[in-house]
Amino acid sequence: MLRKIAVPVIALLVFTLLWEWLVWFKQWPNYKMASPSDIGPAFWKYKALFFEYGWDTLWRTVAGLLLAVVVGVFLGMLMGISRTLRDALYPILVGFNAIPKATVVPVLALMFVGQHDMNTILIAFMISFFPIAVSVSIGLSTLEPEYRDILRALGASRLTVFWKIALPKTLPEFFGALKVSVTLAFIGTNLMEIVEPHGRGLGHLFDSGKINADYPLMFAVLIALAILGILLYYAVVYLEKVFAGWADTQATD
Amino acid sequence: MPASVEIENVTHAYRTGDGLLPVLKDLSLTIPAGEFTAVVGPSGCGKSTLTRLVAGLMKPDTGRVMIDGEQVSSPRSSVGMAFQNPVLLEWRTVLNNVILPLEIVAKNLSSKQKQQRAEELLSMVGLEGFESKRPSELSGGMRQRVSLCRSLAHRPEILILDEPFGALDAFTREDLWQIMRDLCKQENFTGLLITHDLRESIFLADTVVVLSDRPATSQYKLEVDLPADRNVEQIYSTAAVDMLATLRKQIEIAQGRVEGKVKGSVEGKTDRQAESPSPQTDTTAGS
Repeated sequence: MLRKIAVPVIALLVFTLLWEWLVWFKQWPNYKMASPSDIGPAFWKYKALFFEYGWDTLWRTVAGLLLAVVVGVFLGMLMGISRTLRDALYPILVGFNAIPKATVVPVLALMFVGQHDMNTILIAFMISFFPIAVSVSIGLSTLEPEYRDILRALGASRLTVFWKIALPKTLPEFFGALKVSVTLAFIGTNLMEIVEPHGRGLGHLFDSGKINADYPLMFAVLIALAILGILLYYAVVYLEKVFAGWADTQATD
Repeated sequence: MPASVEIENVTHAYRTGDGLLPVLKDLSLTIPAGEFTAVVGPSGCGKSTLTRLVAGLMKPDTGRVMIDGEQVSSPRSSVGMAFQNPVLLEWRTVLNNVILPLEIVAKNLSSKQKQQRAEELLSMVGLEGFESKRPSELSGGMRQRVSLCRSLAHRPEILILDEPFGALDAFTREDLWQIMRDLCKQENFTGLLITHDLRESIFLADTVVVLSDRPATSQYKLEVDLPADRNVEQIYSTAAVDMLATLRKQIEIAQGRVEGKVKGSVEGKTDRQAESPSPQTDTTAGS
């Protein structure tokens, strides 16, 4: 247990020291590369804004991700259960996923003028639902027929088979996709906040750092984003352990 | 209570990209209540289709499948199934895997009664102490034992086994034969076993039916002339070896290797035909 905490903490310290040393050794000005010792004061100076904007970014990311889970699972179910629907929906989804979301930002901003929260959530959702839909559909369509037969032979309904077997069996794939999606949703939120600034979120703080040539602030935002990203990712890992821990056969040894 | 199974003149075909693929042709087969019948035949001859018809998961194109004189048109809760793949639910404990059918068909049982039934079966197959393990912690033979317990949990009238021991090594397989024999004694059901293993068929079954190549029809029927209370040594006895030889010969006929019912290459196989005229007991073989 101690080892589990100590190893990453020491690694982080070493990384920070190396960074500090590199900036000092190369005599880089802070507009080229801020050092950890510049970033600390930047955090302190704007700590109230970091909490406020960090919260904006966090809740909008989570809202977008939840929307992606609902829509992605629903689409995945449709594609996993019916071959026809899969053939119909798949090309559309692939095409939609291929559109760089940066190009969608101004479109959304024009569509829903002033609805910043909604725009941000929508981008986070759009960028992150695809892996969930694909993994759920693959999980459902690759269910061995015997799994279905053991319950169908007892007269169980399709819904019972789905609830008792298909759904839990797909959970490991679902969480695998969710780990990808949580990072994507986070990118989506920041994309909106930076490309279409509207005075909220860490993306906005980054943008104002840029405008005011406050380079340590920009780096501090990057670090804050990394911390939030780690938090979100490990929240998903925790949920995976709770709901799909059985799939990790190593842990049971 | 065990139920009788009657399959009357069943013909069935699958629709594929290239048209119809006939799998069963005018197949008739009767299993009296409480008896154990094994079905053997060339691979891909439609044996699994047969299990799905009896389970009510499919309807035949023509002909009837009757259970206790009643036509099967949909799945019925009085059937238990086990397959070559044990298909255990990895997220459930061993005990809860066995309880699964009871959750569907015996909702009125208390959870304590369900648990007792599952524990009873697990101890019959020598898995007491493994109730709270996950399937991933078990060996292949143990997983298959759990699968057998699950198929029997709801006291089915008919037990359908589709090559349940096919993927196991020879020694584990013999262990499971004996476990299956003991389950047959203690539980009351009509058995239908699909298998590729002739020894297995005569060890477990009262009657062995040989199916012809696709489209399958019942070609030969063998009453197993061994004492009801068998042990594994008896399937190596002279009487048993004679039965095995007969079955083997019938499968060769089914595959078209003798009796001139050859598909494709004939050369090199005709000499076998000369050395051993087939002990034909059923007229359908030449069709």
